[in-house]
Amino acid sequence: MKGKARSLPMSYRLAVTSRVLAAVLGGYIVAALASVSLSSWVPMARADAVVTGMLTSFLAYLGAVIWCFACRTALRAWLGLALPCVILAVVSGLAYWMDRT
Amino acid sequence: MKEGFRQAMAWLHTWAGLIFGWLLFAIFLTGTLAYFKDETSHWMKPEIPARSVSSDVSLNVAQNYLEQHAGGASRWLIELPTAREPGLSVRWQQTPTQRGERGQFTEKHLDPQTGAEVQGRESTGGEFFYRFHFQLQMPYPWGRWLSTFAAMVMFVALISGIITHKKIFKDFFTFRPRKGQRTWLDGHNAVGVLVLPFHLMITYSSLVIFMVMVMPASILVSYKGDVRGFYDELFPASTTPQLSGQPAALAPLAPLLEKAREQWGDGRVARLTVNNPGDASASVVLVRDGSDRVVHDFGSAVTFQGVSGQLLGATPQASLPRAIAGSFFGLHMGHFAGPLMRGLYFIFGLAGTAMIGTGLVIWLGKRQLKHAKAAALPFELRLVQILNIASMAGLMLAVAAFFWANRLLPLGLTGRADWEVNAFFIVWGLSVLHAVVRPGKQAWFEQLALAAVLFGGVPLLNALTTSYHLAVTLAQGDWAMAGFDLTCLATGVFFAWAAWKMRRAGQVEGVSRPRAQPMALEQEAH
Repeated sequence: MKGKARSLPMSYRLAVTSRVLAAVLGGYIVAALASVSLSSWVPMARADAVVTGMLTSFLAYLGAVIWCFACRTALRAWLGLALPCVILAVVSGLAYWMDRT
Repeated sequence: MKEGFRQAMAWLHTWAGLIFGWLLFAIFLTGTLAYFKDETSHWMKPEIPARSVSSDVSLNVAQNYLEQHAGGASRWLIELPTAREPGLSVRWQQTPTQRGERGQFTEKHLDPQTGAEVQGRESTGGEFFYRFHFQLQMPYPWGRWLSTFAAMVMFVALISGIITHKKIFKDFFTFRPRKGQRTWLDGHNAVGVLVLPFHLMITYSSLVIFMVMVMPASILVSYKGDVRGFYDELFPASTTPQLSGQPAALAPLAPLLEKAREQWGDGRVARLTVNNPGDASASVVLVRDGSDRVVHDFGSAVTFQGVSGQLLGATPQASLPRAIAGSFFGLHMGHFAGPLMRGLYFIFGLAGTAMIGTGLVIWLGKRQLKHAKAAALPFELRLVQILNIASMAGLMLAVAAFFWANRLLPLGLTGRADWEVNAFFIVWGLSVLHAVVRPGKQAWFEQLALAAVLFGGVPLLNALTTSYHLAVTLAQGDWAMAGFDLTCLATGVFFAWAAWKMRRAGQVEGVSRPRAQPMALEQEAH
């Protein structure tokens, strides 16, 4: 995993690219969903809830990035992001639905 | 990536740090310089008089000026002078020709005592470093996005660096000078750990500052896509009253300062906004100066009716989440910091810059060892070497060129302020070319030596081109001006020392190349 770029096989490079994409894009989606679901559930005034959600979203981003590079394979990196994404989307969708009815 | 968590984090630290290191170095250095933005501007526009006048007097001056020159404007903005920024600045916005458009802004600097327009030399001053620090001279909003993304990478690099670092406190007391790579790594660790709270604060707060721009998902969901509604709830004072069409004289503004102070119990007014001046619907918003508290309260303002002077409303105390966001903002900006604290901010900022710089040097140094006997470096290492030289030594040269341009460009030159900025980028570009054509060690030495001459020469240049040289400013006690000259001189001495070390290191290496190479390094730092 060090600077010997030339001796590294193509599959390794693709795996690294895949992890980087997962970390940057997937991590952003996790962070955005985390901020939405937190702001829809904290018992605060609307503006304060939104500020709280945004404030903490970067911690979710950090966690997602660390996960993407710490897990064993690139596939697990994507799966490990997809799961919290689904949970957070359900949680915020639930809040949105309760708000409407 | 099978080696386990710590190794994975070391890998992340190494590569995130390398790819964004050059950009982060520039962001950290210019941000550090921006802590002395006002002092730098004072040095770069020495004609603007530095005298302290009470807020009431300067507000009267501003109101008189604006009533004469900006009667038909839709909005006036008045920045009151402070101890650090002694100028009085007024801006006004023309009524836009079509609804929904943004009216043209005009800005003037006034002498806070006489009200005369100050004809200073045209210069961006310290504002340039401040703006570059987060806009990177790119069109809106791309520079802000890129710098915020770089901040996120910095955050990842910091946390992964902490995880990588096994014996954080033991290593902190270990500094082995004159051991080549080992010394660089010890320095990187020491400077990283010593000011770690500062690094974490400055990095996280930079994300918080632009969170509304980069992380708007929760606003869009909670406000059903109405971002304006979020702002109106957050800053109730920013709403503009409807124009009535009936002319009415504006009440004197100066007495409102005292009324605002009564509302706050303390504090001072930084800025006034007059909406619809000359109209019966006029309103005056007095915004509180953030410099007396750490927590920056974005919306802390008192609003008065412009004609009757009646109190219309004051923003309530900030709630906890907003106070937390505000304190991140306040800590990052350091408006509250007095001279000593400001100096500490500057030193911490330099430490952060040094941490990034040493990291880049270590990355290359470690890989160079393998090619010590080869005639030329492989392409990718040579590229990193060139970028290292240009992004560190070259940036210093560019900063010095910016100061020299301020004193050397003719005062009447059109677009003078732009040419100062051009000088900065031209010299930076030239440093890249220089690093390409000269061998690594030589390029380092030559650029550092030139930086030493340019920075060391700043006080002399100032004495030759203006009448505000050290003998005068020290005698007058103009510490902003004298401090700038002295800091440049000290910077010059530091670069002279660095250049001398670089030359010596090059010579020693030539003689006794195959000396003991740090073996343990390979495992400890990736």
